Amino acid sequence: MANPFSVQTSIDEGISLITLEGFVDAYTAPEFETAMQAQVDAGHHRIIVNCDRLHYISSAGLGVFMSFVEEVRERGGDIKICGLIPKVRHTFEILGFQEIFDLVENEAQARQRFQAA
Amino acid sequence: MAAIAKKFTLEVPSSTENLVLIRDFVTRIGQQAHLDEEEISNLELAVDEACANVIEHAYGLDSRQEVIIQAICDEEAVRISVIDTGKGFDPTGVTPASIDTLVTERRSGGLGIRLIKALMDEVSYQIQPGQKNELHMIKRLRKPA
Repeated sequence: MANPFSVQTSIDEGISLITLEGFVDAYTAPEFETAMQAQVDAGHHRIIVNCDRLHYISSAGLGVFMSFVEEVRERGGDIKICGLIPKVRHTFEILGFQEIFDLVENEAQARQRFQAA
Repeated sequence: MAAIAKKFTLEVPSSTENLVLIRDFVTRIGQQAHLDEEEISNLELAVDEACANVIEHAYGLDSRQEVIIQAICDEEAVRISVIDTGKGFDPTGVTPASIDTLVTERRSGGLGIRLIKALMDEVSYQIQPGQKNELHMIKRLRKPA
């Protein structure tokens, strides 16, 4: 099937990196949510979500970001979102997510933001 | 002579697994209607949201049920109807909470209908709970300059 979904997680210098690939819709969002929950449960509150291979997102995926951002911020962390292709960025912007989330160009920039904080 | 409207119908089991199939169908409808890439993406997302809502809420993830997507294209618009026979609910009648409120309250509900309203030119519901519920969405075609 075109655009298979995958989510991969790694940790480097205390920052979790969740890499999304393919599409996040109501079918695949639970897997993304599980990955995010695992990081929060493990006490990792500085999270980068790399979306440069993400081709599509619906509200189910956007809802995952919304469900966790308040909690990680309360614990001194944040969710930085990087690598959005224009189509996906458009979906974020329709809902005004650029006002709530730190949307950055790439992973290096996301790491810099955490280091600067 | 008036152009003939083209009608297309897709019926799929009510499972989120089939959303990808629904998006492919909608993309091809958009191509038939000569929408540009951004308009097709918008149509794809709006219909995905409408169908996900039916699958999860109207049918409660019961894959024995069916979701019907009907599309009519003519020279003025693409008209898409999402039809189900589940629990009727008219989300267009609900005033969505602000995004800030949703974040504070850790709620993600209501994002889908917010997207549908933003992406489509007209949105309306006809509801007969348990019999037939129809969400109608219209995307008007831009006239060539």
